[in-house]
Amino acid sequence: MEKVFNNLSESLFSDLKQGEDVILSFSGENSQFIRFNNASVRQTGLVDDAEIELKFISNRRICGGGFTVSGNLEIDLKRGREEINRMRLETKEIPEDPFLVLPTNAGSSHEVKNSNGLNFEDSVDAILPTMSGVDFVGILANGKTFRGNANSLGQKHWFETDSYSLDYSLVTPGHQMVKGSFSGTDWNQNEYEAYVERSKQKLVLMERKPIKVKTGDYKTWFESAAVSDFLGMFSWNGISEASLRQGCSGFGKMRHNDIRLSPKFSIVEDFKAGFCPKFNSDGEIAPESLALIENGYLKNTLVSSRSAKEYDLTSNFAEAGEYLRSPNMSVGNLNHEDVVKSIGEGLFLSNIHYLNWSDNPGGRITGLTRYACFWVEGGEIVAPIETMRFDDSFYRFFGDQLLEVEDTQTVNPEVGTYGGRSLGATTCPGILVDSFSLTL
Amino acid sequence: MKLDVDIKKLLSAIDVPADWVGLREVYEAHTPRMIRDGVPVVNASASTHGIMVEVLVNGQFGYFGTPDMSSEGISRAAKKAYQQAEIASKHSVYSFNESARPAHKGSFSSPYTKDRKSLSAGNLNDILLEAYGHLKVSDKIVSASTLCQVIESNFKFVSSNGSDINQDFLMFEFDLSATAADGSNQQTRTFGGMRGTCRQMGMEYFDKYEIFANANRIGEQAIELLDAENCPTGEMDLVIAPDQMMLQIHESIGHALEVDRILGDERNYAGWSFVKLEDFGSLKYGSDLMNITFDPTLESEYASYAFDDGGLKATKEFLIKDGLLVRGLGGQESQIRSGLDGVANFRASSWNRAPIDRMANINLEPGSSSFDDLIGQVEHGVYVESNKSWSIDDYRNKFQFGCEYGRLIEKGKLTKVLKNPNYRGVSTPFWNSLKGVGDGDTFGIYGTPNCGKGEPNQVIRVGHASPTCLFDKIQVFGGV
Repeated sequence: MEKVFNNLSESLFSDLKQGEDVILSFSGENSQFIRFNNASVRQTGLVDDAEIELKFISNRRICGGGFTVSGNLEIDLKRGREEINRMRLETKEIPEDPFLVLPTNAGSSHEVKNSNGLNFEDSVDAILPTMSGVDFVGILANGKTFRGNANSLGQKHWFETDSYSLDYSLVTPGHQMVKGSFSGTDWNQNEYEAYVERSKQKLVLMERKPIKVKTGDYKTWFESAAVSDFLGMFSWNGISEASLRQGCSGFGKMRHNDIRLSPKFSIVEDFKAGFCPKFNSDGEIAPESLALIENGYLKNTLVSSRSAKEYDLTSNFAEAGEYLRSPNMSVGNLNHEDVVKSIGEGLFLSNIHYLNWSDNPGGRITGLTRYACFWVEGGEIVAPIETMRFDDSFYRFFGDQLLEVEDTQTVNPEVGTYGGRSLGATTCPGILVDSFSLTL
Repeated sequence: MKLDVDIKKLLSAIDVPADWVGLREVYEAHTPRMIRDGVPVVNASASTHGIMVEVLVNGQFGYFGTPDMSSEGISRAAKKAYQQAEIASKHSVYSFNESARPAHKGSFSSPYTKDRKSLSAGNLNDILLEAYGHLKVSDKIVSASTLCQVIESNFKFVSSNGSDINQDFLMFEFDLSATAADGSNQQTRTFGGMRGTCRQMGMEYFDKYEIFANANRIGEQAIELLDAENCPTGEMDLVIAPDQMMLQIHESIGHALEVDRILGDERNYAGWSFVKLEDFGSLKYGSDLMNITFDPTLESEYASYAFDDGGLKATKEFLIKDGLLVRGLGGQESQIRSGLDGVANFRASSWNRAPIDRMANINLEPGSSSFDDLIGQVEHGVYVESNKSWSIDDYRNKFQFGCEYGRLIEKGKLTKVLKNPNYRGVSTPFWNSLKGVGDGDTFGIYGTPNCGKGEPNQVIRVGHASPTCLFDKIQVFGGV
């Protein structure tokens, strides 16, 4: 794939005229997808896919283009040249863009991670025997993913990785579920079987008769996976500078009213772990670490180069959408072994589901409990709970209601496959909250 | 650039000992344009083109999605799909035969009078820019945007048992948005968001004077909302406009009736359903006023088509008749697995994803009440328009929605403007509280371009049409 990327970018750039610039983004994968239900195969297949996105800049105007890469250089070059010709004509009739960001050559990068992964032919036999006797449902996504970026000034980045993720649920006869997500680069059968065994042990707890909890406010523990979902909301009308400037960010109270979150809450955008490329779709390299919220104080927002130009700021080379790509939340002091005792009476929530802003300016988020969520009494887990809706503000649960933060982080890999396999991960601990509101 | 591909020739060149082979070619081009705060932020066009090769081996389907549409590329893809299916066939959820892909021939084309090229990039930018000017009715409008996306799509499907289908679609999505702010007090009003206008039609939609009038209204309503009272909290009558009804139908009926979901395929992702296989024919889903149809025949609705992606011919069917659940959203595979009657809804987002049960056009049929009749029945309640927040549990029971714009209803009359109107409920009790259904004059056609489901994940376009409706004793509440 890298050869295809190099050939295409070099050939297309060589056709450009004086005063024209092009930024080329490449995204592709060779993937296996196996969908399981009832510990059997529901759907199985392979996908080879690669897309090129072009930004053509001329005469202070910018046009976008894109096409599927077939792998046949003659066809792909013809597609690329037609796109550039179309954009060349279109820049003559669309309005000028005063906040256009011109490409630069700030150096190139190359990162290829090969691994001893799971062969496509071996996947079914590696996964299913261990799941024998349990109601297992989920998806294996397996294979190579590619990202590239080049511009007509000679800057070039390439990122390639081999990975797998088995995202699954185990289900009791009473329809209670435990979530698992086994992912990595090198496949280790023993580690996989041990991971599944731990899921099966959790499932035993789920066989107890579920408790119907009343609506109201409860002391609540959120496992790392649930905290990761809350942090995901910061990427949607939250931490973006453009969202703040355009009046649609839940961070408005922090910016305008000097409201602070808990001193125990700190989050950075951190690329050191290498879960995703450091370069964005304009080929800009983000700082290795950027403090966003430090001890409850909004220190930085995500600022793309376009926002920087539009609002007269300094870019921190965020993606155009100014979303989190590799967030990392700081640890606290609570050991996981002490969590249930620390709850005393209240809720232990492993996962949450279907989050949305119910009042964005107020920071209020609604969603549901899901998977291994328990009622705790006398410092012990009593039973799973029936699904409950919550509606509460992050200004409370990351703010004045935040009691303790776990002393260990968990990596929650991005397993989404909309359009293609996602890269990235959210690294965070669990949190204990004094009062959290269940509403339905 | 769309390559000319002879898909029948490619099919005939495949040499694998499969029980059935199908090729589904998809070409799709998206052309979005957007003006924000008076400057162009998007002028783009991108296309995707590839073929999904599908084979049936020992009762198991296997697939390979590839952008390499050469004869060698497709033959290689078929061999690899065969290998995947053969390995998996020892562990299949269900052993299918050729009846899962019925043979049909036919074609479909979206209705339109003006194609994409009839409105140039320059002219479209001019209209969007002028509409932006109409949105910015005050300095308190801190941001405003206008957006249009044209989608052209061609779908071809051929199979070893004789299917030969060609479908062409021309679609667009359009929106106007104005955000008014005063410090952390922020209110956004749109033309229904991306769900407001998404239709199968051509550039004849662009009546610029109507667009400008709507832009003025939206800008003014954003300012009104900034100073409006918060929506009251309590149990009260709720009147819902069609541009919110569409998502109510989508979340609490559409997803709940997907048969693959009821069969458990989706449990690890979007979830299960409170509906069970034995509920069809017996569950009183809603009041007698409730009539829900799967209708791929409604002209210009977003997800109209003649055949689904498994080649099944699409027809209008009642899902819920006079409140009684009668039919599920199950394509041919789900119909075979469940033994239930279904519909032609086996759909994929593109050539690189396998079809699953999806909604298409799911509509609430009109009733007999005028808008004034509906409002006139309410002593104390709230009227809501345009979705801005949505959430529902994994069994499709406990939902919560937020809307952009509300009005208080007092003694049968619309009175004050309300901000942050929200409501919550549980699906079947909610639908059984339906006590008024608007007539054809209140009927609106909407849809959503981004319904997510499936593993691997897929986004698909669906349509929803509904009249204005009145519900009894709903939990309503406002903002912080």
